[in-house]
Amino acid sequence: MSDQEIIESDLNTVLSSEEIAEIDAELAHVPYKSGAAIDALKIVQAQRGWVSDQSLQAIAKYLEMSAEELEGIATFYNLIYRRPVGDKVILFCDSVSCWLCGCEDIKQKISERLGVDYGETTADNRYTLIPVPCLGACDRAPVMMVGDDLHTHLDKQQIEKLFADSKQSDKGGQ
Amino acid sequence: MIIFVDGQEIEVKQGENVLEACLNAGLDLPYFCWHPAMGSIGSCRQCALVQYQNPEDTRGRIVMGCMTQVTDGARFSLNAQNATEFREAVVESLMLNHPHDCPVCAEGGECHLQDMTVMVGHRDRRYTGKKNTHRNQYLGPLIQHEMNRCITCYRCERYYRDYAGGSDLGAQASRDHVYFGRHQEGVLESEFSGNLVEVCPTGVFTDKPFLKHYSRKWDLQSAPSICSGCGVGCNISPGERYGKLKRVHNRYNHEVNGYFLCDRGRFGSGYINSDQRLDYSGLKGAGLKSADATFAAVHQSQAIETAAGWLQGKKVLGIGSPRASLESNYLLRELVGRSNFSSGFSDAEAAVVRSIINIQKTTVATNPTIKQMESADAILILGEDITNTAPRVALALRQALRNKSFELAEQLGLPEWQDAAVRNLAQDQLSPMVIVSAMDSRLDDVASQLISLSPAAIADFSCAVTASLQGQESDDKRVQQVANMLSAAKRPLIISGSSMLSANIVDSAACLAEALQAHKQAAQEVMLSFCVPEANSMGLGLLVNEDKRPLRLSRLAKKIDTVDAVLILENDLERRLSQSELDLIFSGKTRVISMDLLENNTLARSDLVLPVASYAESQGTLVNAESRAQRHYPVFEPAAERLCSWQWLLQLAAVMEHKKLAGIAHFDQIVEACSKSQPIFADLTAVAPDHSFRDRGLKVPRQTHRYSGRTAINADVSVHEPPQPTDCETPLAYSMEGLNRDQPASLIPYVWSPGWNSNQSLQKFQAEVNGPLKGALKHSGAGQRLIKSTQQGLEYKLKVTHPRMQKGRWQLLPMHRVHGSEELSAYTDEIAELAAQAFVALGETVAEKLGVAEGEMVVVSTADQEISLQVKVLSRVAKNCVGFSVGYDKTKSLRAGDSVALRRDKSWQPPQVIATDRGVASNGC
Ligand code: SF4
Ligand code: SF4
Ligand code: FES
Ligand code: FES
Repeated sequence: MSDQEIIESDLNTVLSSEEIAEIDAELAHVPYKSGAAIDALKIVQAQRGWVSDQSLQAIAKYLEMSAEELEGIATFYNLIYRRPVGDKVILFCDSVSCWLCGCEDIKQKISERLGVDYGETTADNRYTLIPVPCLGACDRAPVMMVGDDLHTHLDKQQIEKLFADSKQSDKGGQ
Repeated sequence: MIIFVDGQEIEVKQGENVLEACLNAGLDLPYFCWHPAMGSIGSCRQCALVQYQNPEDTRGRIVMGCMTQVTDGARFSLNAQNATEFREAVVESLMLNHPHDCPVCAEGGECHLQDMTVMVGHRDRRYTGKKNTHRNQYLGPLIQHEMNRCITCYRCERYYRDYAGGSDLGAQASRDHVYFGRHQEGVLESEFSGNLVEVCPTGVFTDKPFLKHYSRKWDLQSAPSICSGCGVGCNISPGERYGKLKRVHNRYNHEVNGYFLCDRGRFGSGYINSDQRLDYSGLKGAGLKSADATFAAVHQSQAIETAAGWLQGKKVLGIGSPRASLESNYLLRELVGRSNFSSGFSDAEAAVVRSIINIQKTTVATNPTIKQMESADAILILGEDITNTAPRVALALRQALRNKSFELAEQLGLPEWQDAAVRNLAQDQLSPMVIVSAMDSRLDDVASQLISLSPAAIADFSCAVTASLQGQESDDKRVQQVANMLSAAKRPLIISGSSMLSANIVDSAACLAEALQAHKQAAQEVMLSFCVPEANSMGLGLLVNEDKRPLRLSRLAKKIDTVDAVLILENDLERRLSQSELDLIFSGKTRVISMDLLENNTLARSDLVLPVASYAESQGTLVNAESRAQRHYPVFEPAAERLCSWQWLLQLAAVMEHKKLAGIAHFDQIVEACSKSQPIFADLTAVAPDHSFRDRGLKVPRQTHRYSGRTAINADVSVHEPPQPTDCETPLAYSMEGLNRDQPASLIPYVWSPGWNSNQSLQKFQAEVNGPLKGALKHSGAGQRLIKSTQQGLEYKLKVTHPRMQKGRWQLLPMHRVHGSEELSAYTDEIAELAAQAFVALGETVAEKLGVAEGEMVVVSTADQEISLQVKVLSRVAKNCVGFSVGYDKTKSLRAGDSVALRRDKSWQPPQVIATDRGVASNGC
C-alpha cells in the first residue's frame, strides 16, 4: 500500500465518544495524562485496527502531549501498529526454543501458503505476518499466535489446515 | 579527596563522577552520551573503566565512569586490558551500522566519533553484513538530517527536549531501529535547534547553510568574536574561507553563553556574504537629493576628501548606533563634539536604556550573569518574551526551573549529574515562574502562572507587589501570590527589559527588587536583570549617560536645517523615526553621509555612503545587557573598499586635522582615549589584551596548523602566492603559526587539542568541567563588567502613565521574533525564510469580532498610515492590546504604543493552491 492510500484510507482524525470514554477511564488511574498513553494507543488500535498518523495526532492532542512524544512510545512497542494490518495478525515466534524446534521451516510454509513475508499483509487483507521474540510458550514450541489464539507444536499440516480457506497468493513469498 | 587511576593519585571534588575527575586530571577517557551541561545517563557505555575494591583486588570490575561517583581513595584503571578492550568493542559495535562516509560527511575533521574511534584504537572492521539505513527528514532551512550516522547516544533528544524545552524532536522505535527525528517532516520549532549541530557527536545533525559552501574545520580561519544578534553578547567563533563567512560555532564563556547559542546567533550571520552588502563608497551627483538618484562609485580617498570637505569647519551633527562598536560611537562623538552627537536611539529606546543603566548603577539587588540566573529558585518576568528578546537567557531560565528537582535530589543524596534519576524523581515539578506580559510568550509552557496585562498595568502590578511586600494588602489575589513566591525564595530573580519600550515597567521592576531585598535582608540574594534591544545598546547608553541634555533623535530631526551636514553611523533611521521626521532630515539642503553595511532606505536617501566592515571583519567592543564589555576581532580582512567604521572616522579626522583626535591612529589608542573619557569606561583597557600581546614571543594564529591550500587558494586568479595580510591592530595573526594553546580566554579563536578535533576539546581549555577557561584565570577574565553598583538604591517616585484608549481602538505592542526582528540577520536567506510574513497578533475575541482567522489579512490603521498584515491568533492577550511583528520591513513604520483601528482586509483572497503544489509543499529537501 502506498503512503497516499494509507492516508486516504484513514480519515478518522477525531476520537470517537466510545474511545474517549475508555481513555477517560484509564486517565482516572494515572497522575499525568501522558501516563495513559499506552492504554490510549491500545484502545484506539482495538477500534481501528491500527494507529494512523491522524489517530496518533488525535490521541496526542487529547493527552496534551506532543505528537513526537507519543510517536516515541507508539513506535517503541512492536504490538502498536503504525501501518495497516490484516484482519488478524500472525505473531510468529522466531526465538531460540522455537528455532531449535524447527520454526524456520514452518515460517517458510506460512510464507508459501499465504504469499507473505515478515511485515507483509496478504492480498485479501486477512493476515499480517510479524515475528516475535518468544511468546512464553517455549515448552510447546514452535508456537505462534493468530489473532488472539495461540497455536502450539506447529507442523506443516497444521499450517495447511489453519489457512485452508485462504486463497493461495500467486506471489509465493520467500 | 583523592582517587587512584592506574596508580596515579588524583585530586577530585566531592560529588563529581569519575569521568569528570579523569577529564579534569587531563586523562583521555572516551565518552559519548555524557555532556558537561546535561549530565550522565550511562547509555553509550563508552566511558568504561575498571574499578578495584581495594589494593589487593587485581581483577576489578568494569564500571561506567560517568555513572560512578568518586569516593575517597577509590581505585580505578583506564589502561587495564579489559577496560581498553571493552571500550574498543563499544566503538566496534557502533560501527556495525555507521556508514563509511567520513569523506562526504560534514562532521569529518571535527567529529567526536572519529576522535573516539582513534582513541580506543579500533581500526579494522570485522563485520561484513549489511548496514541499517534510515530515511532522512526535512527539518527546515537550518539543520540537515542524516540519520544513518546515528550512534544512539540520545544526546540530541536530551538536549532538544529536556534542556531546550522543544517538543518536536524525539527518539522513535527501539533496538537497532532507533530513530531521532520529528513525527512528520517539517521545520524544527525550537529557537535553539542549531545547538544540535554541536551536541550530536556525529554527523546526523549538521549546519545546513554551511553545507552549501562547505569547508573542513581545519581549513577555516577563525577569530574570537561576540554575537551581535542581541544584547546578551554570546561568545562566538565564526569561521571564514575564500572571503566568505562560512559558519558560526559556540565559543565557551562560562559566565555568559556556556556551551550554547540561539539560532539567530548561529545562523544569522549570512548577511555578511549578502549581495546587498556595500562594496564601494557611493557619491550622488552634485545637487541630487532624491532617493532614486544613482550613486557613482568613488575611491576611498575621494570619499574621504569629499566627506572632509563637507564637514570641516561646518556645523555637523552625528548619529550613533546601538549596533556599532563602542569605539566607533566614541570616535563619532569626539569628531562632531558631545553636544552635536545623538545616540541614534529612538526617544523611547533612549529613555528605557537610560533607566536600566541608572538602576544598574545604584541597585541593591544583584545584577546576575547568565550562569547566576541558572541558580534562581523563583522567577518573575515582567513584560518580556525572553525567548525572543534575549534568547540565550531563556535557555538559562529553563535550567533554573530545574532547581526544584535538584532540591529533591539533594534530599536523597542524588548528585545533579544523575540526569535520568533526577528527572524521574521530579517528574514535571518545576521551580515557580510567573510571567506578567501582554501576550503569549515562548516560556508560557513552563510558567507556574501567566498574567496578561497591558504595559502600564504590568508596572501597576509590579508596584502592587512592591506595596504588598511593604505590608500593604491588595485586593488582587495574584499580587499576594507573587509576593509570597518571591519572599519564600532563597534566590529570586526578577527579569524585565526594554521590549515594550516602557521605562515604567523597568523602573517598577527595580522598585520591586529593592523592596524585596529590604524585605529579605542581606541574607538572601535578590537578582535583577534586564534585556536590552541591541548588541551595544548598553555601551552607547553609557556613552551618553552623563550628558545633561542628550540630543534626542527627534530633536535632531527638527534642528537639521540649522546644520550643514549630518554623519550617520550604522543606523537605519527608518526603524526609529517617522516618515515626516525622515523627510526633514533628507529633503533639506543638509548633506547626509551614511556609513553602513547593507542597502537600506537611509542609505538610498543619503548623499554619500561609506561601506563598512561587519562584526566579523572588524574589531570592536560591545557592552552587553549586564554591562559586560567584550571584544570581537576580525575573522578576515574586509573585501573591496570596506573599512571598519572606526577606520573611516580616523581617516576623516586625519584629513580634517581634527585636534582632539590628532594623536590617534590605532584601535588601542581609541580604547585608551575612551577609557580615560569617562570613569565608567576605566576598565575598557582590561577587556582583552592589546595588540602588543605576545606569549613566548608569539601572537595567536587564526588558522589551524593544518590549514590547507594557503599557497594555492588564489591560484585561479594568480599563481603568485600573495603575502598574508599583516595585522598590527590585534593580538591575532593571519597565520598558521603561533600560540595555539594556553591563549588568554578572550583570544581563543577555535578549540583544538591533540587527539580531540571536535568541539569536545573544549575540556582541555577549561580549568575544570563547566568551570572557567584556564586562560581566564591566568589572564584577564572573559570580558569586564563596566557598571559596579553603588548599592545605594534609587529613590523612586514612580508615576505610571496610562495611555488613553479611545473606543474601537487598540494599543499596538511590539512582538519580537528571534527570526525577523533583528535588522541585520534578517538579510540572511534562511532567517528571512523562517521570519516569514509580518503579522498582527490578535486575541481570539478580537479576531472573531473582525471575522478573521489565522493567516487571513487585517488592515491596521494608525493616525497616518494603513498597513495590511497577516493575522496571528494569540492564546492570551491583555485587554485592548494587539501585537505586531516588530522590526520587519513591512512594519518598520509601526511604533510601540500606537493607537490603531483594525478591520478585515476585504481585498484579500485566499491563495489558490494548484494541484501540483500539494505534492512538493512539504518536500523541500
Ligand atoms: S542523532 Fe546524534 S546526538 Fe542523537 S542519538 Fe544519534 S548520534 Fe546521538
Ligand atoms: S542570545 Fe543573542 S547574543 Fe546570544 S546567540 Fe542569540 S542573538 Fe546572539
Ligand atoms: S522461544 Fe518461542 S515461545 Fe519462547
Ligand atoms: S559517557 Fe558514560 S556511558 Fe556514555
